[in-house]
Amino acid sequence: MKELSLNILDITQNSVTAGATLIEIALVEEDGVLTLTITDNGCGMSRETLKTVTDPFYTTRTTRKVGMGIPLLQLAAEQTGGTLQITSVAAADDPLQHGTVVRATFDTRHIDMTPVGDMVATIETLLQGHPEIDYVFTHKTSDFTVEMDTRQMRAVLGDVALNAPDVLIWVRGYLSEQYEHLPE
Amino acid sequence: MKSLAELAAIKARMQDKVAIREGSGNIRVVVGMATCGIAAGARPVLSAFVEAVNAADLVDKVTVTQTGCIGICQYEPVVEIFEDGKDKVTYVKMTAEKAKRVVHEHLKNGMVVEEFTIGNK
Repeated sequence: MKELSLNILDITQNSVTAGATLIEIALVEEDGVLTLTITDNGCGMSRETLKTVTDPFYTTRTTRKVGMGIPLLQLAAEQTGGTLQITSVAAADDPLQHGTVVRATFDTRHIDMTPVGDMVATIETLLQGHPEIDYVFTHKTSDFTVEMDTRQMRAVLGDVALNAPDVLIWVRGYLSEQYEHLPE
Repeated sequence: MKSLAELAAIKARMQDKVAIREGSGNIRVVVGMATCGIAAGARPVLSAFVEAVNAADLVDKVTVTQTGCIGICQYEPVVEIFEDGKDKVTYVKMTAEKAKRVVHEHLKNGMVVEEFTIGNK
């Protein structure tokens, strides 16, 4: 993947498949360390499944027997000296508090650091494909904070879908503005 | 600065349109957005379709959706077009530029862009 934002788009599809209704994507950069956290309230995974997810020969897809999403994110993190950690609570084990947390850390000063890339396009793509899900997105560095919570948007929009063209255009503007209006 | 209040105006505009839209869309554009598609550049292809369909005023007729792996990863980004009463058209190795041509020639004017289809590879 050329951008971490593409890994993020890809990994978030797993939360969608897990039936999540709320997905939180957080990027926090501090002292040369970028921490990516994707938290969902989907069906979670059993301990056995959790052990196999970093194996490229484990996948939930049915068209072929290889799943590269998690291994590619792990590679992107570990090639900078970072880490990948996945914790999960299966719905079968806890019907009220289930879901999965994927956390990756990156050394942003490492020569093999993949640039974060276009997070605006990733968020737009998520909303376009799965407007029924709520997303909380934050990206914080020492220079800027970008935030969006679709639950607040939905409160205003009522039954207008998050993937209505005008809404997507608004989302792009809303996020781009936050990225562009950096303090001097 | 953009504010949430602007969404209220969008909502008001949308409510006039909703009645017309229901049940009238009969073309589906499906973009493969699994790991293989994303790595090959499907995200800008999807964005280009969404934008061009909107710009060409085809929103009532065309629905753009995402799917997982279609199974021909070496041809990604793959886009399938389904239309009632017609054979499925599979476009392969798509780019944002090609997407704009497909919207104009195929979705708008009904002419399949043969050179981008899988039969041509």
